[in-house]
Amino acid sequence: MSNESKVKIALVVNGELTEVAFAPHKTLLEVLREDLSLTGTKHGCELGECGTCTVLLDGTPVLSCLALGLACAGHSVRTVEAMAQGGKLHPLQETFADLGAAQCGYCTPAFLLAAEALLASNPKPTRAEIKDALAGNLCRCTGYIKIYEAVELAAERMNGRV
Amino acid sequence: MAEYRVIGKALRKVDAVAKVTGTTRFADDLAFPRMLYCKLLRSTEPHARIVSIDTAAAASLEGVHAILTGRDLPIPFGILPVSQDEHTLCVDKVRFIGDPVAAVAATSEEVATAALDLIKVIYEPLKSIASAEEAVAHPEPRIHDYGDGGNLHKLIDLEFGDADAGIAAGDVVREDLFFFEGSTHLPMEQHAAVAMWAPPPDGKLTLWTSTQTPHYVHRAVAKVLALAPARIRVIATPNGGAFGGKSDPFNHEIAVAKLAMLTGRPVKITLTREEVFYCHRGRHPTLMWVRTGVKRDGSITGMHFRSLLDGGAYGSYGVASTYYTGALQTVTYHVPRYHFQGARAFTNKAPCGPKRGHGTPQPRFAVEVHLDKIAEQLAIDPAELRLKTLVPPNSLTANYLRVGSMGLGTCIAKVVEGSDWKRKFRKLPEGRGVGLACSSYISGAGLPIYWNNMPHSGVQLKCDRGGGVTVFCGSTEIGQGSDSILAYIVAEVLGVDPFDVAVVTADTDLTPVDLGSYSSRVTLMSGNAALQAAERARQILALHAGRKLDVPVERLTFAGGRVFDSKDRKRGTSFAEAVQWAEAAEGTVGTVGSYTPPQSAGKYRGAGVGPSPAYSYSACVAEVDVDPETGIVRVPTIWIAHDVGRSINSASVIGQVEGSIYMGLGEALMEEMAYRGDLKVVHKIPSLLEYKSPTTLEMCDVVTYLVEDPDPNGPFGAKEVGQGPLLPVMPAVANAVYDAVGVRIDEVPITPEKVLKALKRKQKGEPARYGPDSFPEIPWPEPVRVPTPWEGGDGKAVDRVHA
Amino acid sequence: MLRLPSFRYLQPTSLSDALKMKADVGPDGMFVAGGTDLYPNMKRRHQEPKTVISLMGIPEMRKLEGWNVGTCITLSTLSNLPTFQHSAVASAARLVSTPLLRNMGTLGGNLCLDTRCNYYNQTYEWRKSIDFCMKKDGAICWVAPSSPRCWAVSSSDIAPVMVAIGAEYRLVGPQGERVVPAGRLYNNDGINYLTKQPDEILVEVRLPAPNGWDAVYHKLRRRGSFDFPVLGVAAWIQWDGKTVVDARVVLGGVASYPQDVPEAGAALKGMSLGAETIAAAAEAAYRPSKPMDNTDFDLSWRKQMTRVFVTRALGDLRDRHNK
Repeated sequence: MSNESKVKIALVVNGELTEVAFAPHKTLLEVLREDLSLTGTKHGCELGECGTCTVLLDGTPVLSCLALGLACAGHSVRTVEAMAQGGKLHPLQETFADLGAAQCGYCTPAFLLAAEALLASNPKPTRAEIKDALAGNLCRCTGYIKIYEAVELAAERMNGRV
Repeated sequence: MAEYRVIGKALRKVDAVAKVTGTTRFADDLAFPRMLYCKLLRSTEPHARIVSIDTAAAASLEGVHAILTGRDLPIPFGILPVSQDEHTLCVDKVRFIGDPVAAVAATSEEVATAALDLIKVIYEPLKSIASAEEAVAHPEPRIHDYGDGGNLHKLIDLEFGDADAGIAAGDVVREDLFFFEGSTHLPMEQHAAVAMWAPPPDGKLTLWTSTQTPHYVHRAVAKVLALAPARIRVIATPNGGAFGGKSDPFNHEIAVAKLAMLTGRPVKITLTREEVFYCHRGRHPTLMWVRTGVKRDGSITGMHFRSLLDGGAYGSYGVASTYYTGALQTVTYHVPRYHFQGARAFTNKAPCGPKRGHGTPQPRFAVEVHLDKIAEQLAIDPAELRLKTLVPPNSLTANYLRVGSMGLGTCIAKVVEGSDWKRKFRKLPEGRGVGLACSSYISGAGLPIYWNNMPHSGVQLKCDRGGGVTVFCGSTEIGQGSDSILAYIVAEVLGVDPFDVAVVTADTDLTPVDLGSYSSRVTLMSGNAALQAAERARQILALHAGRKLDVPVERLTFAGGRVFDSKDRKRGTSFAEAVQWAEAAEGTVGTVGSYTPPQSAGKYRGAGVGPSPAYSYSACVAEVDVDPETGIVRVPTIWIAHDVGRSINSASVIGQVEGSIYMGLGEALMEEMAYRGDLKVVHKIPSLLEYKSPTTLEMCDVVTYLVEDPDPNGPFGAKEVGQGPLLPVMPAVANAVYDAVGVRIDEVPITPEKVLKALKRKQKGEPARYGPDSFPEIPWPEPVRVPTPWEGGDGKAVDRVHA
Repeated sequence: MLRLPSFRYLQPTSLSDALKMKADVGPDGMFVAGGTDLYPNMKRRHQEPKTVISLMGIPEMRKLEGWNVGTCITLSTLSNLPTFQHSAVASAARLVSTPLLRNMGTLGGNLCLDTRCNYYNQTYEWRKSIDFCMKKDGAICWVAPSSPRCWAVSSSDIAPVMVAIGAEYRLVGPQGERVVPAGRLYNNDGINYLTKQPDEILVEVRLPAPNGWDAVYHKLRRRGSFDFPVLGVAAWIQWDGKTVVDARVVLGGVASYPQDVPEAGAALKGMSLGAETIAAAAEAAYRPSKPMDNTDFDLSWRKQMTRVFVTRALGDLRDRHNK
């Protein structure tokens, strides 16, 4: 309930040590969107059935709708808001924008973060590896193809090939 | 072909950066101080009278600020003037599980949810209707007290020429039955809305909502709340996917508006995924019967088509949907005589409406599989058969649809070549097959949803003395790129960078009316309106630039942010200075543009559905692998050619094609709105887990060919692309399954169970088919008889023949 | 948005603390590991603990020692461990849900996964419409209304493998510790599907060392990710040259427990894996396979698929052995 007393935790959000107070039953998704106003993280089911709420927890893509806020104390969370740095888009953001990998844009933050984690562990993924890595994220607009192409192009650019 | 600097290029969309940085503000991203949260109590009965609703306990819960029930909002609404059959909250009866009966505004969603638990509703259950066939068989109890009798919402009978005689003239007469299961849009964004009320004397309501049709929401809110439209501002937030599912005015939008008025605080609602299933308005489950006469050479002599649509609990767009199941059969292949009978039934399920392709994917599936069977009977290659029967460009169909540019022949040629069709069709090893199908779709409807003779789309354009241009238009960005289209068209005409164009859309206070993002109308209609406004601005700027530069107006070129003499490029000025010259001479530089579709040729009752300024065409080849032991169908590749007239942005066009193939693939193989007819008609699987939509691992490769044959009615020749390419996927897959394993699956989705059943029948020597085997008796009305153009008809119905 | 109800969240750092916390709160408390099963269920009011005790901070449960695996290892870690890379355990783990969920969900969570049923895995409001079911808040089983028991389906991918390969589970509770064969953890009852007591913790899985045996897991589902199994086939063979010394075929997704079909194992014992032997085992597995109408797909098709999938799993084992 709303009158439930809040608990305060400290965690690193997008590289910044952050203290935030919230009702103890809140998920990371709710804490990010409602208590930290980081609305770039979206939601489509809140049951772990679509991947739309993907964020990176200590560098690993997870479903923020199923992560308890309290369990994130002391951990590091990365959301789409941190991807562009110094006024410059992340290479994945560049290629998603250039190739039309974002149509309605609602699932886009999740795909970007899942793709970023993939490229961090596998800088030259094959198409099949990209499909596997993104198999937990649903998109209803693109048919995924422009997303694969954007990940491939970003990988090439990040590897200095383009 | 003219050289364009912007049109046709694969440019970034104007909102691309906002989308990839997560800064796009969707409806649920909005938050205001003192905001309350709304939850709806939904019916737990499929069909029942409401005996009583007791909200006292809920009202006394701490944190609850207001509760509404049906009696608070007695005025009905609905998208079509002929189907004003919805209430914000049910008044006397509920018509499906999920129908809202009460709304709570509280300090949090948690409190609102707790309050719902405390509301006591007593229902008196009525017999429920679980399918269209049941609705036909059980006229009582009626779900609604209007319609065409019993539980039939709408009956249509249109005959263009003597179809029976036409069919009889065929060398081959073939009859088939098909069923197309219902499916839903499943946008990733759940519907959300926020309302804010400024009390009198302002008396002004603002509603932000995830809608495709802010103009229609504006009208519905004004009607139900009995407020002057001038005091209501509807802002459509960017839609996180829509596909037709956000094109009705919805009860939750009106509920939050009323709650904001009652509480004086902002009120937000965000639906759960399950509630999105209850909003639905998706594909009508449709039973179809078709009989066609064909000459040995493949030409069609006549067609008789029947459809029975399961409409769910409310009208929605259903009357239009029903007409659409009969309208577009004639725009691909020449059908000289045509008889269409369509019926829509009310059932106790979530209401059906327009999903991508609106009413036409079902008959397209039927006709394209039917033609595949006819081709086999005639021993003609199905691609050849289609090429022989194409509707000619610039012609009128039997039902008075005016076809302009028509690139289907080129589309067929492209996919036949690209897929290596001739070496594959009937030649691949058992278990692998190819299938071909074609389609067409409207580029916007010829008539608006409510009768009026005003433009369908309006644009205002303002040129700034700094060189910027702002376009104002009521069109709504749903991911399809409509904001970008406005910027590209204006940038092309005025010779500026598209990113120097600011776009303000979908705000009923700020933007002229555009009817909404539905029926693939936006590029053509708002594009034409923007084109007109931009050309008018160009005229003003050219007049003054010509004077200042001493260059004849017709020699001026607008390009690269400059205005200059095309014969002497150095003689010119910046676009900004051109604006300043015009502004100094005439005052603020602003123009308007608008678009009204051409008059329809048909004048008969029912002629309003089908006409369009331009028809897109698609041809598709699907290759499939069928596992004969399991019946599982996999689709490795789809080749698709789409006649888009001209691409405004080729990357966006290909994106729409690929997205359409994706959604079609889901409908072909797995998507299904399933109900438990034997258990209170409860939705079987209202979740993203159990309503199966393709993941990255099911999506096929897509090879896209764009066919560009500019249509005179489209801006720069552009036609639609958002819906048409979905249509041929399901029949192409079905035809490919037949090529692979020799069984006909006359039903969508093509699930492994159905394939395996058909394979077992084939093994036993029974008809190797899975599909419906009967069409119920329907009390069809006397047909509206319309002589065809080639019989000297003028588009009007002839008087009924009295016996 | 679908939200969690209010509850107290405890994060013990030792097994003994966890047990003590549970003892303190009694039946209102539940253990949680990755949360990917419990939290969705709590959002739909299937489980309504007042206190949730996380096991993720207990180092002992995240240990990996030889063939002993702590149950709080995530499914991603499990599927990527070099030691297990090609084992049936890793491949089953890799087939669970999605990469995102596997980064959160744990081995223990999957082994103790709540049984599933599409009359049950629905929101509270939905379940209210059908007057609930006996698994939660109601009286009857809608899958078999005249049945006295609940027919919710065991939907774990890894449990059938554990049963097939003869893994052992180490459970720790207030009464001390016990080690049981994997198969003994499960009951064929949709409600009481575990023999584990609510205050016991499944701490560790002890896998049999590789010793001439091989196992595979084949999963049937609509899509290549997200979906729970509507049929899982775990097959285990102890080889002696070309001869099957011992074998087990365990079915997932067709009963309330991982269903060992001894007749199928018996059909293989002492034989070489020829087509006829495989067909006999597949037939033996097909007969007792009784899927009910409470998952995706038509139940008669799922039953038919038992034969096909057992055939394919055994064929796979034969091919691997012959390689």
